[in-house]
Amino acid sequence: MSLRRRLRERGLDAVTLLVLPGVVFVLALFIYPFLYGLVLSFTPKEGGWLANYQKFFSDPFLYDTIYLTLQIAVPVTLLNTVLSVPVALRVRLLKRQRLLTTILVIPITLGTVMVAEGLLTYLGPRGWLNRFLLEVGIADSPVRLIHNYWGVMLSLVINGFPFTFLLTLSYVSGIDPSLEQAGAMLGARARQRFFRILLPLLAPGLAITLALSFVQAFTVFPSAVLLGAPAGPTRVISIVAYQAAFEQYDYSLASAIAMLMAGVQVIIIVALLGARTLVFRGPASTGKG
Amino acid sequence: MPIASREFRELRLERISRDFGQVRALRDVSLTVGRGEFVALLGPSGCGKSTALNCIAGLLQVTDGAIWLDERRLDEAGPEDRGFGMVFQNYALFPHMTVRRNVGFGLVTQRRPKAEIARRVDQALALVRLETQAEKLPGQLSGGQQQRVAIARAIVVEPPLVLMDEPLSNLDAKLRLEMRAEIRRIHTMLGCSTIYVTHDQEEALSLADRILVMIDGQTRQLGTPEELYARPAHADVAEFMGYRNLFPCRAETTADGLAVTIGTARLQATPMDAVGGAAVAAIRPDDLRPQSDGPISATVEIAEYHGRDFYAVARGADGIELYFRSPMRVNPGEPVRLAAPRDRVLVYAA
Repeated sequence: MSLRRRLRERGLDAVTLLVLPGVVFVLALFIYPFLYGLVLSFTPKEGGWLANYQKFFSDPFLYDTIYLTLQIAVPVTLLNTVLSVPVALRVRLLKRQRLLTTILVIPITLGTVMVAEGLLTYLGPRGWLNRFLLEVGIADSPVRLIHNYWGVMLSLVINGFPFTFLLTLSYVSGIDPSLEQAGAMLGARARQRFFRILLPLLAPGLAITLALSFVQAFTVFPSAVLLGAPAGPTRVISIVAYQAAFEQYDYSLASAIAMLMAGVQVIIIVALLGARTLVFRGPASTGKG
Repeated sequence: MPIASREFRELRLERISRDFGQVRALRDVSLTVGRGEFVALLGPSGCGKSTALNCIAGLLQVTDGAIWLDERRLDEAGPEDRGFGMVFQNYALFPHMTVRRNVGFGLVTQRRPKAEIARRVDQALALVRLETQAEKLPGQLSGGQQQRVAIARAIVVEPPLVLMDEPLSNLDAKLRLEMRAEIRRIHTMLGCSTIYVTHDQEEALSLADRILVMIDGQTRQLGTPEELYARPAHADVAEFMGYRNLFPCRAETTADGLAVTIGTARLQATPMDAVGGAAVAAIRPDDLRPQSDGPISATVEIAEYHGRDFYAVARGADGIELYFRSPMRVNPGEPVRLAAPRDRVLVYAA
């Protein structure tokens, strides 16, 4: 009785047991594979325990992929987030939010592969876009938008934007509209209201949006293969990991590459969330109303 | 720079209306507010009083009508250009700014010099007695302190007109009384005009120079607190001003004035409309008193001790409920006879 009571004082009761399946799930499907991969990456096919990492950083064909992937992931992340803010600010005021939200969410439900297939046809040399550009005379020869950097970029925007938009919308909706009204009553014009009131309150949420959106873009694989030039400009890091695992059957090297991917992501996320503590982190409204 | 400066004679609303879709939330409201005047917009929730305030603020556009500040037409201008101060119901303090930066916000947007901003913010904070809290964030303050910051922020730009939207509704009873006195003090000290929205008749009576009672988006009565308290122009205004006893009755004019018959009781009364036949009689609980030869006989059902007197509910012979006050003890189940002076029984056409 008294033990149960003491446990309850600490917030532990029968309901706490409901987290068990979740804990098991995380241990079995995340922690264990992660540790397994970490160990695997330090037990290379040949050489010392750091051989995989030495190999990666001595071969420009391998280590350049970090830079290449960042080249795609960083602009896509920034573009998606920066675009989503004004759209979310506008959509917040709409009465029929749900319809627009549904339309924007469709790309997520379609999946990367289907969007990639669609883009291949639509943007291809004989696709609608190029035919239109040629007919109207805007272009003399078909514009190349697939099997290169831009194809991957486009596909990541189409698939990533709804995600960042929905996140941003929820953060924007969390800001009490009377704060903007108060700003207006005090003489602040739209621009000042945005930079002095909305943006500072939105910043913590934007840091999270950037982090999640970056992770999504950095691990790009299907669209880099389907829409990009996987042997050249869009040879992203996940392709290299795939090749190591399933073409060279070197799981150890593939694990090492995966660990490096995780490392890059952790560095970026920690930097973003670290920057978040520099700005205001409290609630986006005051009062009890 | 805002259109309005402190020097003005009057703010005029000329038949302003506001629609929301098919619904007309505000209909033909006219009002003139003089310099230094304190006007309360009073009405039940949903009566359009906040809509009216937001139209004056510029946060809502009027559908029809015009708003004038002396010779300048305001209803086309946005809220940024009107230069009015506003205190929001939930205070709407910027949560990421210190008290000092919150209060200084309006001066920063006016691009005032730093030294002037610091000086005026200090003055405003002194006025609301928050000098010691300047470096705190709003989240670290109590409700009453947040309220004071909101007031300081609204008045620091020295607006000609301060708009207040139910500013006391989020405070507990004791703090509400304190802040009420504070608002009146600040209003008197600054000499600005104030328009104050509330659904609390006591608040309106104690604060305002004039009260505009709104019902269903329309002006129902405009007058001084004394006028509204003693002589409400309509039965629904009377109900809102604390006339809890509203009885359907028959009215007839006799040799010595008007008389009403409520059930079986007959009372001398004061006509508020041209009445005859079916009518409504309104009496405040304070004016209905036990009296041994009173014309209304009833049985006490509930009696509450209120210190100074008893507040009681009785049921009349014909089933009507009577609310009254009694200086001496009354007990449930006892018979009681009630009377009211002629000039405190107001009769309206039914």
